[in-house]
Amino acid sequence: MSLVPETAGPFAADPIPARAGVGLRHNHVHDFIVEPPDIGWIEIHTENYLTAGGPRLRQLERIRRDYPLSCHGVGLSLGSHDGLDRDHLARIRQMIDRFQPGLVSEHVSWSVTGGVYFNDLLPLPYTEEALRVICRNIDHAQEALGRRMLVENPSSYVSFRQSTMPEWEFMAEIVRRTGCGLLLDVNNIHVSAFNHGFEADPYLDAIPLEAVGEIHVAGHFVHHFDERTILIDDHGAPVDDAVWRLFRGALNRLGPMPTLVEWDTNIPALPVLLAEARKAQVLLDAVGAGRAASHVA
Amino acid sequence: MPSAPAAPQVMLRDLQDAFRRGVFVGDERDAVALIRRSGITPEQRLSIYRNNTYGSLINVLQAAYPVVCRLVGERFFRYAARGFVAGSPPTAPRLSAYGGGLGDYLAGFEPARSVPYLADVARLEWARHEAYFAADAVPIAPVALQAVAPERYAGLRFDLHPSVRLVSSPFAVLSIWRANQPENETVPRVDPRAGGERAMAIRPNVQVELVPLAVGDWTLVCELATGASLEEAVAVAGAAEPTFDLQRALLEHLTRGTFRAFRDADEPQGDSQ
Repeated sequence: MSLVPETAGPFAADPIPARAGVGLRHNHVHDFIVEPPDIGWIEIHTENYLTAGGPRLRQLERIRRDYPLSCHGVGLSLGSHDGLDRDHLARIRQMIDRFQPGLVSEHVSWSVTGGVYFNDLLPLPYTEEALRVICRNIDHAQEALGRRMLVENPSSYVSFRQSTMPEWEFMAEIVRRTGCGLLLDVNNIHVSAFNHGFEADPYLDAIPLEAVGEIHVAGHFVHHFDERTILIDDHGAPVDDAVWRLFRGALNRLGPMPTLVEWDTNIPALPVLLAEARKAQVLLDAVGAGRAASHVA
Repeated sequence: MPSAPAAPQVMLRDLQDAFRRGVFVGDERDAVALIRRSGITPEQRLSIYRNNTYGSLINVLQAAYPVVCRLVGERFFRYAARGFVAGSPPTAPRLSAYGGGLGDYLAGFEPARSVPYLADVARLEWARHEAYFAADAVPIAPVALQAVAPERYAGLRFDLHPSVRLVSSPFAVLSIWRANQPENETVPRVDPRAGGERAMAIRPNVQVELVPLAVGDWTLVCELATGASLEEAVAVAGAAEPTFDLQRALLEHLTRGTFRAFRDADEPQGDSQ
């Protein structure tokens, strides 16, 4: 590794291909540098790389040479009534100018209030006021970052009594008002549908599919409170069969899409994660082949 | 037929504040009143967020303070860390910068009183942590001072490498830290009262190093960090350690990469050489 700190990377803004990708986690970095695996692209949590310097940034610079990159934010808190943290936005801008990601995404949730950061993605009430707040913040973010963002549908464990619209309507309205894109997390749809008792499939019909730019799949945790069950979105297990089914349903509607396998807790050895990504790739290939066949016929 | 109670008309600001009190302060009443009732209770639903928030932040601290955790055991560490998180939640969404106050918190943490050196071990670990994420810079080469005329030496001022952090303790913190690395399955005996230790954390390139410094050496670097000239810094270092050897100290620091730049007293900061 060079002693000289590298300045802005010589990267082109490679688009994210409609293939399977994986989240880059610290314990896999060495594997990625020594023997870059055959995977379409990688995604990072933007906030892990907003440091002044250090080996992580240089490792990412090295790995970025081999893969298109997606920057997935977990700390911007688009749903905060207080508005966005300008310093944080400026740091993200600097980071994406340096690494030239093909996609930049965040969550339809909030994490900051009164200057306290929760390090969790908290749910919004689905009201006109919350819609105005998050759309104002997305406008601000897209302006400050100089690009269109994707926003991800949340997983949640509470729903608020004052909500006046279903989540899919809230998501569709955000897209309509801000022009942002959607990161469709099918595990989150499954988790929220189970936790709040709605049907997952109609969700896919209700959102503006033309805005979807990426799909997430992940594992979740089945938690029991006495005799009742709730699904926790811990990204700590293989993808559940029900989520693969929902993923196929999404692909049938959308065609092949950049698809990320997220694994954030109980992180396995890289081959296990790559095997999960191959399952996604098989489904992506199948829908691609099906579409090609129907064009020929 | 009685109608369901009307949903409370709460503004987003108040809802978010109620959530903060419910998760961090343990004052759940307002948050619970906002949550739709079905299946598990609102209190149980809120507890999921509390567990996620505390659990993830305690994990962040545990990763930043592995030696403190090893010294007191994971259960005690997580108990102490929970109290720290409750009183000092993060104020920014960059977790690499979260947890710097744990040393001060432990210094006043009653259940840890029997481990008086714990707070300083935490401060040493934080110095290491900060050095890891500090800005990158190329240190000046060991030969760089050779070009400087001897009469200029006294007035030289040095900019420290941005990763340099200095820690001083009345306990043998660096020895304790070294003895408690994961490769040591059994902890070598260290007498924590064997005498104070001073250390510098530095990352001239990729690896963070923890360097023991004698009192004169440590004083020299502290003085230079405040902008003192070499002559001024040497005077203070010599007072702290009568046998202080400037030539040896300077050579060692140049070899280690302690300095990013040096300049004459009348040059503006930021110009090197």
